[in-house]
Amino acid sequence: MIHPGNLSGADWRPGCSIEFLRQRAELLRQIREFFRARDVLEVETPLLSQAIGTDPQLAFFRTEFDFPPLRQAMYLQTSPEFAMKRLLAAGSGSIYQICKAFRNGEAGRFHNPEFTMLEWYRVGFCLADLMDECEALIGSLFAGIKALEPAQRFGYCSLFADYTRLNAAEFSPADYRAYAEASGLPEAVTVCGDDHATWLDFLFSHRIQPHLGIGRLCMVYGYPACQSSLARLNEHDPLITDRVELFIDGVELGNGFFELADPEEQNRRFDQELAARRQQKLPVALKDERLLAALRAGLPDCSGIAIGIDRLLMVLFGKPSIGDVVSFSINRA
Amino acid sequence: MATYSTNEFRGGLKVMLDNDPCAIIENEFVKPGKGQAFNRVKIRNLKTGRVIERTFKSGETLEGADVVDVEMQYLYNDGSFRHFMKPDTFEQYQADEKTVGDAVQWLKDQDNCTVTLWNDAPLAVTPANFVELAIVETDPGVRGDTSGGGGKPAKLETGAVVRVPLFVQTGEVIKVDTRTGEYISRVKD
Repeated sequence: MIHPGNLSGADWRPGCSIEFLRQRAELLRQIREFFRARDVLEVETPLLSQAIGTDPQLAFFRTEFDFPPLRQAMYLQTSPEFAMKRLLAAGSGSIYQICKAFRNGEAGRFHNPEFTMLEWYRVGFCLADLMDECEALIGSLFAGIKALEPAQRFGYCSLFADYTRLNAAEFSPADYRAYAEASGLPEAVTVCGDDHATWLDFLFSHRIQPHLGIGRLCMVYGYPACQSSLARLNEHDPLITDRVELFIDGVELGNGFFELADPEEQNRRFDQELAARRQQKLPVALKDERLLAALRAGLPDCSGIAIGIDRLLMVLFGKPSIGDVVSFSINRA
Repeated sequence: MATYSTNEFRGGLKVMLDNDPCAIIENEFVKPGKGQAFNRVKIRNLKTGRVIERTFKSGETLEGADVVDVEMQYLYNDGSFRHFMKPDTFEQYQADEKTVGDAVQWLKDQDNCTVTLWNDAPLAVTPANFVELAIVETDPGVRGDTSGGGGKPAKLETGAVVRVPLFVQTGEVIKVDTRTGEYISRVKD
């Protein structure tokens, strides 16, 4: 828990040891080596942007570019996704980036409002190819530090059914409510209401996620369409989407997609998200017209994923809190 | 009473939940990368003592509970109520057996204890961590045995029964840890 406003100076020291900072730097070096060997280009994109992601679940930081006579609203990126896709559309080929991402209103044992993200895009990769590469990367980073069992891959819907006997792809309110009552989560009925996506988030994070990837990498793919975010719908089954999530020791580490390239579909999803923001009275977000223009110019078929480096360090070294793996977390910043 | 958002839930905060006063024990922020944020909260119901887990949507609020711990002196038992007094104001409170609960076995007239008040009415009574009470009944031990091994039950003036070493005798005053119910030492006058 954070205690902002405490500027006494008593906590001037970093939250982790200097020795741990060396291990952190070594991890970053290995990641760069991994991608260099695979001929993936390291890039940098702006942290400050004029547009921002519209996802109603992501709260952003807003600031101002003070450049008299202009005072332009600017936003700290919630991820480098849009700018990297513009590079892909401009012909960059496969790219990766290690950067800070910012999420307002998120702080806790697994969350810091600014955190380090590894994001990469592979031109010509389908989701399965991307999962192969994730397995190779995680395997090489854990080698010599912590032994992992062989990786697992599960389809979201069959995993959901295994744990809850519920159909994740189609929302049956009565079944979902009955399950919540019977499994000691009666508050889910009021918390989730009639929102399918919230129900899935609630049940998945309480009843399934804690069991995923114990001592191994677990990849869950094929999310229900209502949780598609920026993924393509599956070409064989429109009820599911080509999205993958990574877990180790029950901790969510990353989220990847076979990237949506259709500008009109992207535009529709932006409009839906903007409408959801208005309805929930969330801060107004600006549609990123430059991303839409890039998609119209043509995004090559590609898959991409973002992995939280701080959480990766937590599971790699068995640290209980994100404050133990960064120099200064928000309550020391 | 103020209301508190899930971000303000921290250990010790007293809130109202389902019309009962509760204390927050633990609060964990849970958020899927692309999904709804929740707070999974461990809460103790201060009326029943039961600990439950409850999940809230992040940003939800609960009303604060007017719950305070007050040092008081235990006065007497009138048969149906126990009476307590604030030593500084001489204000008196009465609590029924259910409210006093297990604390009853450690309460001696004039001793200090903690009374938890909810809306200025007793909700729970916690004895001091250590109390000194006289033994009213115990088997005579073997004289000269000071090993302390084994032990025997001893009934105290308040009715509590604790295990004491064999050498401790009826009429002696002993010090007891009320949290564990364990004998600590003899008290020499």
